[in-house]
Amino acid sequence: MHGLIYRALQCFVTDSYGPDRWIEVAMVADLGLVEFEAMLMYDDAIAPRLIAAVGAVLGRSEPDLMEDVGTYLVSHPNTEGLRRLMRFGGVTFVELLHSLDDLPDRARLAVSDLNLPHIELREYSSSHFSVICGTSIPRFGHVMMGLLRTMADDYGALALLEFQGGAKGTETVSITLVETEFAKGRSFALGARAS
Amino acid sequence: MTDTQNMPAVLDMLCPMYVMINRTGHITHVGPTLRKLRPEMAWGGARFLEVFALKRPRAVTSVTDLRDHAGIKLHLQLRDAPATELKGVAVKCGAEDALIVNLSFGISVVDGVQTYDLTHADFAPTDLATEMLYLVEAKSTAMEAWRKLNLRLQGAKIAAEEQAFTDTLTGLKNRRAVDHVMARALQRDSQFALMQLDLDFFKRVNDTLGHAAGDHVLQTVARIMVDETRSEDTVARLGGDEFVIVLPGVRDAAALRRIGSRMIKRLEMPIPFEGRECCISASIGTVFFEPGSGANMRTLLDDVDVALYASKRTGRGRQTFYNEDLRQTTDAPAHAHTGDTNRKAVIMRPVPE
Repeated sequence: MHGLIYRALQCFVTDSYGPDRWIEVAMVADLGLVEFEAMLMYDDAIAPRLIAAVGAVLGRSEPDLMEDVGTYLVSHPNTEGLRRLMRFGGVTFVELLHSLDDLPDRARLAVSDLNLPHIELREYSSSHFSVICGTSIPRFGHVMMGLLRTMADDYGALALLEFQGGAKGTETVSITLVETEFAKGRSFALGARAS
Repeated sequence: MTDTQNMPAVLDMLCPMYVMINRTGHITHVGPTLRKLRPEMAWGGARFLEVFALKRPRAVTSVTDLRDHAGIKLHLQLRDAPATELKGVAVKCGAEDALIVNLSFGISVVDGVQTYDLTHADFAPTDLATEMLYLVEAKSTAMEAWRKLNLRLQGAKIAAEEQAFTDTLTGLKNRRAVDHVMARALQRDSQFALMQLDLDFFKRVNDTLGHAAGDHVLQTVARIMVDETRSEDTVARLGGDEFVIVLPGVRDAAALRRIGSRMIKRLEMPIPFEGRECCISASIGTVFFEPGSGANMRTLLDDVDVALYASKRTGRGRQTFYNEDLRQTTDAPAHAHTGDTNRKAVIMRPVPE
């Protein structure tokens, strides 16, 4: 699995709970390292062990934890670049939802060996969707739920998200759009650069 | 084309950076995004070539020329500041010699979007401009991650070099390794012999045959020293033409004498290099560390230096075992301490096998 994914987990723990907790996680997970390099590849087998260790050290359930990771990825000042890249997906939250199918390809365009799980949007009505995603990253459905909930806020849309469970290597999140222009949302200038 | 009435509305959607020009070269309509580049300007009725300078092809100086260059890639620039550069293409439209010039930022799209604060909605949904902006940002972010990785790797490389125990030229151990090995032996209070070997006439090789020859000699010397010692011995190059060997568990002077003389004999055989012969010899000083003697790293290195100096002084190509009498000699090295006994130095000449 790509170092960017492991690094994201490391930064989530470090930025939210402090470096000491991360060192504890690294020991509990028996990583044999303290720092993941964002641009190197690591064994896939580390992922479940690492997530379990983060849960144990922080005293959180894995689903809750991974949802927080999703939120962190698009809301923390240190990950502003990622929020911006997500906003390139569309002018509205609905457009963003429609761009999710392309997300793995977009990721690969940026970093050619970054393989995200498969993502598919199903549209039942103009306000009811579900996102079905692969689990090559464990608990990816929960990550997407946290990420999309935060992006809805970012666009100023009011949406209800619910984890529908998973089976056979896929997880499903349902999305009900209550209002597209509920709040002002955060600003996004196409030409601005994340520092 | 008979019905062109809804043409502007169609073009506003399909290519929002276009200009419509009439037969006389005056602007009749401008797409909404292009208008954003000069929101204050009265576009309608302005002369196209007074708003835009045509940089290429250079031959185009009139609207007639422009009509003749329909279908060709145009390089344009806004005449007033900010003098944004644009790419374009002109097409003839309708029966009245009208022209449509469609424009784009081309490669300057990042600057264009920043300068004019454009949004998604300013580009046609089929335009790849936002994808290009996405790629620029994504690639910059990825590149920054690579740059950080490279910096960290470089730091790690420097740290590894600092901690290295190997002399890169000869593949022998280095001074840090010797310090480490001796410190450990002293800590355990376990017996060992210490030989220091200096090459004789090495400087002459370097000066007359060059550094490549010098390096070759050092590598050959290293090989000989490794050959003549056991695998548990530590052979190290301290720098320049100075070498040290730590031989754990060796207290037999006769055996050491044999090793030393065999080494000197082999080193004195001319070393061929690019058709020339490099002739050197070596001087050796040797000291034993006996458990319980109270000697430490500093005194041992000092003693071995005194013994080596005695070999050099008495004609080179020799091995000298340390004893305190050596310190009585008048021209002992400045840092060597003066001993209080008065025995004669034991100087070994190389013994033929």
